[in-house]
Amino acid sequence: MASRIIGQSRKRLEDPPLLTGQGRFASDISFPDQLAMRVVRSGYAHGRIVSVDTSEACALPGVFAVWTADDVADLPPIDVRLTNIKGLAPYRQYVLARDKVRYVGEPVAVVFASDAYTAEDAADLVVIDIEELPAVLDAAGETGDFAPGLPTEVIVIEKGYGDADAAFKTAQHVVSLTLSVGRHSGVPLETRGAIARYDAKHDMLEMYGAAKVPHWNRDQIAIMLGRERKSINLYEGHTGGGFGVRGELYPEDVIACYAALKLGRPVKWIEDRRENLVACNHSREQTHRIRAAIDAEGHILAVEDEFFHDQGAYVRTHGATVADLAAAMLPGPYRIPAYRAVGHIRLTNKTPGGTYRAPGRYESTFARERLLDAIAAKAGISPVEARRRNLLQKADMPYDLRVDTLGTKVVYDSGDYGGLVRKAIDATGWQTLRDAVATRRKAGETVGVGLAMFVEKSGLGPYDDVRIELSPSGAIEVITGAASIGQGVETVIAQICAETLGAAFDTIRVTHGQTDRIERGLGAFASRVTVMTGEATRRAAEALRARLLAIAAPLMQTDATQLTVSDGWIARTDGSGPSMAIADVARSIDATHGASSEASFESSHMVYPYGVHVALVQVDRETGGVTVERYLVAYDIGRAVNPMLVEGQITGGIAQGIGGALLEEFLYDERGEPLSVTFADYLMPTAHEIPPMDIVISEDAPSPLNPLGLKGSGEAGVNAAGAAIAAAIDDALGMPGLITRLPVTPQRLKAALAAR
Amino acid sequence: MSEKTPITLKINGRDHKIAVEPRRTLADAIREDCGQTGTHIGCEHGVCGACTVIVNGEPVRSCLMFAAQADGKAIRTVEGLAKGNELHPMQRAFMDHHGLQCGFCTPGFLMLAVGVLEREPQISDDDLLDVLSSNLCRCTGYQNIIKAVRAAAAEMRGAS
Ligand code: FES
Ligand code: FES
Repeated sequence: MASRIIGQSRKRLEDPPLLTGQGRFASDISFPDQLAMRVVRSGYAHGRIVSVDTSEACALPGVFAVWTADDVADLPPIDVRLTNIKGLAPYRQYVLARDKVRYVGEPVAVVFASDAYTAEDAADLVVIDIEELPAVLDAAGETGDFAPGLPTEVIVIEKGYGDADAAFKTAQHVVSLTLSVGRHSGVPLETRGAIARYDAKHDMLEMYGAAKVPHWNRDQIAIMLGRERKSINLYEGHTGGGFGVRGELYPEDVIACYAALKLGRPVKWIEDRRENLVACNHSREQTHRIRAAIDAEGHILAVEDEFFHDQGAYVRTHGATVADLAAAMLPGPYRIPAYRAVGHIRLTNKTPGGTYRAPGRYESTFARERLLDAIAAKAGISPVEARRRNLLQKADMPYDLRVDTLGTKVVYDSGDYGGLVRKAIDATGWQTLRDAVATRRKAGETVGVGLAMFVEKSGLGPYDDVRIELSPSGAIEVITGAASIGQGVETVIAQICAETLGAAFDTIRVTHGQTDRIERGLGAFASRVTVMTGEATRRAAEALRARLLAIAAPLMQTDATQLTVSDGWIARTDGSGPSMAIADVARSIDATHGASSEASFESSHMVYPYGVHVALVQVDRETGGVTVERYLVAYDIGRAVNPMLVEGQITGGIAQGIGGALLEEFLYDERGEPLSVTFADYLMPTAHEIPPMDIVISEDAPSPLNPLGLKGSGEAGVNAAGAAIAAAIDDALGMPGLITRLPVTPQRLKAALAAR
Repeated sequence: MSEKTPITLKINGRDHKIAVEPRRTLADAIREDCGQTGTHIGCEHGVCGACTVIVNGEPVRSCLMFAAQADGKAIRTVEGLAKGNELHPMQRAFMDHHGLQCGFCTPGFLMLAVGVLEREPQISDDDLLDVLSSNLCRCTGYQNIIKAVRAAAAEMRGAS
């Protein structure tokens, strides 16, 4: 029997170089004679470009070139990767603003100079004359014009099923709420970077600093520059966090590549933090007007939600993804007989939006779970009971939600939602917790508990390919088209390969994010890698194992069915006779190249993990400050390949969820000037704001859609954090329904309390 | 642009003779002029702590210091923590407790924690938490960083 490696908390293969300062992040890559690139950005939220004067900048010693829109007039706007929805194209962004600027931070010109300090000096000398226009800043307010004939309402997404109108007419009660989530973003600790160079000898354009979706970006850059895709390679090094925003194709990436070609020197662009906060995708900002029709016992009869998604100034690579997911995933774990969602995707004069970890779900979970809390209050039952009464049952699985998203039908593949609530409640010691809260309240403290539930999605297809190469020395390389944004992909893939193949874990290296190593690849997003790449790896490893055993059988004078392989050694299942190293078998196949196998996994359905969040908070009535004292997430992942890494994903997500619930927000003044441009204004949680966290990993509902039963965990920690913390604050204050907006900053909470 | 002055940065016991403008930050000089890219830059405005190095025994934010101010001083960076192939107890603890994901913040946390514990080995858990809350990590949620630093602190105390 092969030794168990899947399911073990193996230490990460990734760690040694990262711990010793040997990482290769974007800014660590340099080439001789490189030019430093600096982007000159709009200081106005909305305006007509009257002129751009680059003469002074050009005259500065050390400046090689300064470009404006005229210099990149050949380049088309950056295309949409996800959501094949018509009508988005006119709203895409050109790499440099043409006649108008539409947000503060929009690239208008770009400087290339001998070093970064000089480039920055020169950028300050570029004079941009702009005639200011009124800015649209509220996506839920009046719309404006993006361009003549193009309203700022890009598209309206509608999803639903059943007869909601009839349900609302006959309902015992109707519960209505207006809720909003602020503007947040992933804000990885490493800013973006792109280093491009052209190798004339091989007519090859190379870009380093790629992440997330290197193959798609390679193909897209090829189209934009009018080059053969085979004449461009993208290389992913270390990536300092992804969270949805890092690795999308941005204007700066394309400009760096184009400049390396045109200027004939390597070009290095490293974003600074201020730029990152105004130029890298924002996300989240939505306003929901949601209502539920319920009967006297609090059973849901119908849910209707109209929401406004603030997309910022342009449609970027994600297209309509965030709003689409918000509408599709809003129903969550509950039986909702009739449902209607209408999502307005609207442009404003703010930084363009994309996805951020649990896109659309952090928002719609907040809306739905606040609705469940309101239903509980209306029906006079506890929040937990309101959920129990409405949860889908195990027997309902698989459950066809009757909506689709990202080109797939939403069908919950497996789940025992009620069972997970019980686990969460047991793990928190619910009664003891409630008793402790009651005692502390008597002593004058303002403490409360909130609970929220969600269904996640993961493992977006349609395919992933893996090639495994076993060298004659016994070393194994797994080559995938996936990407790593710091989540431990190499370790997880190596574990699956080691166990399935019967190889030693430490003989495996995993290659990802290199477009010259594998023909195609979809990268890392939507918690897809463990599921899609994991299953492709299992298949390739299984095929290689079968091949090795077939070759070994005659050499070992037995039948392949009598053989097993473990830790790199083939032996008889009954333990008799000699054993043989897989390296020897590889050598006997081909003494120079060894053996290899390839496999693909195709899937047209996503898998649906699910979870429960419980938060304990304390509120300071004087200051409006909220302290999260303890946090629990129970999550059913189907099968955990490496529990330590799953927990790490969840605790990291919780921290981001707490940030979004209490601290983080991109604010603008009335002219559209961003107010959150440093880490002193965009507040992310530190070790102080993060409470002790308990993670319960459950494996009750393995996915029937892949043999290992895998589901993903990347977005579990963040998903319901806003909802659970809001509920806990309401509970602490004894004011159901008080929290309607995230983040709950001290100023806002004080104001809400004063208004009561 | 102004004149460059010659200075010597002593990094992990090795002298780097370089010439810098007065405005060049220590972080840029360590990375660009001395090629020690283990020290990272996450904000350049003194908040994230990714650029933390130890100068004359004190953890400092190298993005807030000019290279010229470090002329001749003893600088330690993440590259100098391990002894050959043997990881420093702090590095090992980060690995054992999964105290890193993307690893971008890690050099800053390692140097901060090592610097503080060398100066104050008996530091209380609460004070240690205060210290660690001066650096940002966007991936881990800190729990495992705190566990790792506490474990390494115990080991470093035992060893001294
Ligand atoms: S880079 Fe120095 S504190 Fe952030
Ligand atoms: S591990 Fe990524 S920022 Fe800390």
